[in-house]
Amino acid sequence: MKNNILIIGGGPAGLESASQLQRMGYNVILIEKSPKLGGHLAKWDRLFPDSVPADEVLGGLLRGAEGVKCFTDTDVRAINRLDKSYNVRLTNGITVLSDAVLVASGFDLFDAVKKEEYGYGVYDQVMTNADLEAYFKTGTDRRIENPGKIGFAHCVGSRDEKAGCRSCSKVCCATAVKQAIEMKQAFPNAEVFCFYMDLRLFGRHYEDIYLKAQKEYGVRFIRGRVAEVSENYDGTLLVKAEDTVAGKPLKVTLDLLVLMAGMRPSGVGKAIGDLLEMPVEEDGYFAVRSGIAASQRSPIPGIFLAGAATGPKTLPETLADARAAAMEVDRYLTEIFPDAKNYKQLVKERW
Amino acid sequence: MIYEGKQKIWSDYQKDIPDDHYFYVRSCIRQSFFPASEATFLDITRNRLGKDIFETEHHTTCGGIAYHSDTIPQETVMTIIARQFALMAKHGYENYVCSCITSFGLYCETLETWREFPELEAKIRENLWKSCKLEFAKPKFLIHASDLIYKYRNQIAAQAVRKLVNVHTGEPLKVVEHIGCHYSKMFPSKGVGGAEYPYVLVGMIEAWGGEIVDYPERRHCCGFGFRQYFIKGNRGYSLSNTHKKFESMEPFKPDLIITNCPGCPYFLDRWQYVIAESTGKTYGQDGHGIPALTYEEVAGLVMGYDPWDLGLQTHQVGVEPLLDKMWVEYDPAKKFLGKNGKDLGAPAPCACLK
Amino acid sequence: MVDFGFGLVPSSRINLDLFDKDKYRELVKIEPDARICMACGSCTAVCTAGKFVHTSLREAIEDILNAKNDKALESLQACQLCGKCSMVCPRGINTRHLILSINKVYSAK
Repeated sequence: MKNNILIIGGGPAGLESASQLQRMGYNVILIEKSPKLGGHLAKWDRLFPDSVPADEVLGGLLRGAEGVKCFTDTDVRAINRLDKSYNVRLTNGITVLSDAVLVASGFDLFDAVKKEEYGYGVYDQVMTNADLEAYFKTGTDRRIENPGKIGFAHCVGSRDEKAGCRSCSKVCCATAVKQAIEMKQAFPNAEVFCFYMDLRLFGRHYEDIYLKAQKEYGVRFIRGRVAEVSENYDGTLLVKAEDTVAGKPLKVTLDLLVLMAGMRPSGVGKAIGDLLEMPVEEDGYFAVRSGIAASQRSPIPGIFLAGAATGPKTLPETLADARAAAMEVDRYLTEIFPDAKNYKQLVKERW
Repeated sequence: MIYEGKQKIWSDYQKDIPDDHYFYVRSCIRQSFFPASEATFLDITRNRLGKDIFETEHHTTCGGIAYHSDTIPQETVMTIIARQFALMAKHGYENYVCSCITSFGLYCETLETWREFPELEAKIRENLWKSCKLEFAKPKFLIHASDLIYKYRNQIAAQAVRKLVNVHTGEPLKVVEHIGCHYSKMFPSKGVGGAEYPYVLVGMIEAWGGEIVDYPERRHCCGFGFRQYFIKGNRGYSLSNTHKKFESMEPFKPDLIITNCPGCPYFLDRWQYVIAESTGKTYGQDGHGIPALTYEEVAGLVMGYDPWDLGLQTHQVGVEPLLDKMWVEYDPAKKFLGKNGKDLGAPAPCACLK
Repeated sequence: MVDFGFGLVPSSRINLDLFDKDKYRELVKIEPDARICMACGSCTAVCTAGKFVHTSLREAIEDILNAKNDKALESLQACQLCGKCSMVCPRGINTRHLILSINKVYSAK
């Protein structure tokens, strides 16, 4: 018997786990609330650390998931937990009886408007990392016209309890360094500044791009968080930070400021989590059975998690997590689920 | 600048301001700095708009100046404040409106402290009873007087005889708004428009026909800073803060500065004189300064009050260029006559500031 | 002018708009490694002269970038060119050479 598995979310985590589970012979149904598969990846131009085109990676993921029943523009309307399975009513009118549910609802980009002091949506020359990727993809943005001085503000909505997020979003430092290099490539005469608190370049090749940004592109790294932005008479920006290495307040006039908006738990994901009564942790991301030994299992039997639904992750981490989640689903559906007589006992022992 | 972006933020910071029935408390220093502002507030609200604004001669200072100078224990300040609130309740009011920003900030801070530490509130309740035999009460609504003028801004505009417009060019006057630090920096949600883009004065300027100047150092302190000013050795810092603001607003060529705090108009006004006389630099047109007025004075001007009745002659920076732009009629001969018609004498002329 | 007994206080703030791009370009042309310092402070920690007289290559590099060229030269004035800093620099900067180059470029008027 082919088990039905419902995957919620059509971003990289959902696509990769769909691909794996399909290969294992399961009947996979994937739903995506937006009109398009690919999640944030579909909006990105190039990926750190090696500036691989995002389209290439997404293309591979979509090819892998060919044959999976994908419903876009589709959300969950209601979920009933049966003895072992889930009866899921979708907004497109279809009802799925699913033996396992994999939540891959990903993340939302922090709404940079909330950092009022940075003036996103108020000052003409302030944009976000996502806006800049859109510019790289389309080649147009009214804010970018041969900028002479460009700043990157790290940690926008990350490591900021006032903005509702204590933790690090993990991907922004490397994204900033990548985008700083790309802006230097596009505008070789520009002066580029990165304002950081700690440079968290933990991954393979990350330190290399940091060195490259300094050595080959002359990007200036200033240790100190951007504290305040204002608009000058001529429309340029006045940016204030402390150079915490020099121990002095600092100001600089910029033509463009890019805010590295961090990751927040997905709002759509939260609504689905509420339907499934999935517990969340203090940071707003879904809780897992064990952060170390079972990080793809929800505390609720039969519900699995992959990708940024359980906290900020890089893309390779997300894909690895998705594969691991597929393995976990398979293990559950072969070792626990079929044993109708001992199901409850097995769940107790092994979930 | 994207105006809609600011509007969105303003809509996030709206506060409930009851329409009528207020217990009014004055500021310690405004009556000597800008002697007609509070009288104008009462005249506009009571006589022009027909509101019930009650005041009693039994209210005192809030203790703010002593508090910010570290010369009074917090418990004492809180008991003083509790007494003010008790007077409000005793006279049958529940809406409290204060003239001073320092007081407003301190009231907000005190109410918040009582909310977080009920045992402290209980102690103050006891102190109040022991010392004054008054029943403890808290206001239902705590409002700054500029909130109330903001609330009535359109009613004032309806009665206005002139706008914040340069009659010679037909252009709106360029107005800098300066908010007292303790209006919303400590508690952004307690101020109209929040702390980053406060709307309380912007709303008045818009309603009365002026244009806002959004200059980079708009959030910076006027330079009062209590201990910066009080101690002569620190006074240079006070002056430098004001200087920083003027250097920042200079390219925008403002016609007028409007403020909502007792200290700010004073320092934005007087330090222009000190900067001019010690460095030769002036910020208005042709060697003049930029007039820094209170919101009541500006409301009074648009409603047709006589500028000398508004006390505009007590400003260091001459207001005549502004009055000319707005086509306000005034008698230069009466500028330094007292209320009783007696000549008070003109101050000695400045060397640099016209 | 009137003396009030107090006056404007000079700002201690770094103004990056004053950064001397031309001089810096001259420096990195002969000394590309000036760019790769990551401000770890190892050089300053072991500096022979720095234990007695204020001396810091890390600070000098920072000062140049922060438009304080004269201060950068001051920070290197007491250097004995012993080479201890080059032993500890994790990025392998030829620190002695860099110090000489900074002096050469920024002393020239």
